[in-house]
Amino acid sequence: MNGLAAHEVTVAYGRQTVLDRASIHIGPGETVGLRGPSGCGKSTLVRVLALLHRPDDGHVSIDGNPVTGARYRVAAAVRTRIGVLFQSPRSAADPRLSLADIIAEPLRATKAERIQDRVVELAYTAGLTTDLLRRQPHAVSDGQLQRACLARALAHRPDYLLCDEATTMLDASTQAHVAAVITDHQHRHGTGVLLITHDPALMHRWAHRVIDWPPDQAAPATAVEHADHH
Amino acid sequence: MTAALTIDGLNVRFRLRDATVHAVTDLSLTLHRGELLAVVGESGCGKSVLAHAVLDLLPANAATTGTVQFGAGSRPVRELRGRHIGLIPQSPATALTPVRTGRSLLAETLRVHGRATTDADTVAAEAGLDPADLDRYPFQLSGGMAQRLATALAIAPDPAVLLADEPTAGLDRPLVDHTLDLLRRRCAAGTAVMLITHDLTAAQRVADTVAVMYASRIVEHRPADEFFTAPHHPYAAALLDSLPDRAFQPIPGHPPMLTDLPAGCAFAPRCPHASPDCAAQPAISDGAACHHPLSVVGAP
Repeated sequence: MNGLAAHEVTVAYGRQTVLDRASIHIGPGETVGLRGPSGCGKSTLVRVLALLHRPDDGHVSIDGNPVTGARYRVAAAVRTRIGVLFQSPRSAADPRLSLADIIAEPLRATKAERIQDRVVELAYTAGLTTDLLRRQPHAVSDGQLQRACLARALAHRPDYLLCDEATTMLDASTQAHVAAVITDHQHRHGTGVLLITHDPALMHRWAHRVIDWPPDQAAPATAVEHADHH
Repeated sequence: MTAALTIDGLNVRFRLRDATVHAVTDLSLTLHRGELLAVVGESGCGKSVLAHAVLDLLPANAATTGTVQFGAGSRPVRELRGRHIGLIPQSPATALTPVRTGRSLLAETLRVHGRATTDADTVAAEAGLDPADLDRYPFQLSGGMAQRLATALAIAPDPAVLLADEPTAGLDRPLVDHTLDLLRRRCAAGTAVMLITHDLTAAQRVADTVAVMYASRIVEHRPADEFFTAPHHPYAAALLDSLPDRAFQPIPGHPPMLTDLPAGCAFAPRCPHASPDCAAQPAISDGAACHHPLSVVGAP
């Protein structure tokens, strides 16, 4: 089956089990909303789906192909199919790099060609002016830095994009802009998007269907269908 | 109504090596007892600098002109800070002393302000923090818990004026509502609250009055219900239109750099109603600083 999926994934930190045989499926081109109280394991699920954290049990699959291992053990061609946008751009960006280098990092990792042109193109897409590209994170606002992180997340034209409270700290206009850029990318590339947000209005407007987390223990694999489409 | 805080002609400039940042320009406002004023605007518009200027907590490279007066008195801010003016800081993670537990910090605050240290649990609970979590160190707290601890520290001395700088950042919706209700209750008890936020939904929920800041100036300052139903300034209207439960349309273009502000209206380059008049700075009239307020030209 096409899509990014977690199958019966279990993750524990020490004695605390954060995910217990959790499953989720994100199809190509759909926006899946995920909501739940603080500390319910949403961010851990994102780390597992992003192949950043190897689950203690269960596995992740992309378009039906099981992925083994996590981080650099996964082939770059597989890893780069998934992009992540984190809640805090400050802690997700190296403070020593310029915004241009932050955006270029994933491209350098795969030895992409014509990196400079692509960085300018990505920055333009994310709504960053070129004068900002030479600055370091401390000299830009949270909104501008999150735009750089968005450009970085889109660098490899990911098939799946995971947004973990990615617009919470942004003002309304920047939030609408980031959402518009992601939706446009989704329409052009058929990207499956996972949207984690506490904002009911944003969830209602953006997500095609919404899953309440953690899912009911009795029926862990099924999502609560949300009738509201755009 | 009694004025709890009066700001008159406030200007704040930061001198950098090769530029001057105009963070707050010609800002005047009055905050009354029991009033909840929400200061809203995009990031980098000068909202937080305003709070720090009011508290006289700006760094050394800041040059401030204008006056800030608390109540009817003329005592300097540093004698009032803490006891009479509380600050809920924007990033609690950096505002808390890392080597002391929440209980130790809160007990000290209560003691200094003449309250029983045994009140710590009550104050923590009022801020929405489980008293058991007071025995943790700041690094053991989540962002939301640290935020609530910072809130507890600010309200412990029962200040007459409370400045809340993004107090709901990083909280989930029930905690956002809890924090907003707490601010609202403070107002009911006579406290004047200045809520600085980028969250328009939060502002709509609790504010009596709203001041919109754009590029270092207040461009609209009106009662909240009027503002949310019929904003006068085109920027305020565009900001409301970018909400997900409204048009979800971003404002075209970018805010100007605070190092390079135009002589006239700073919103003109992004404004659908801009005209040659906008090359001159508009004065505030009828609650909005605009040459073409929407009540006159008609809402788009």
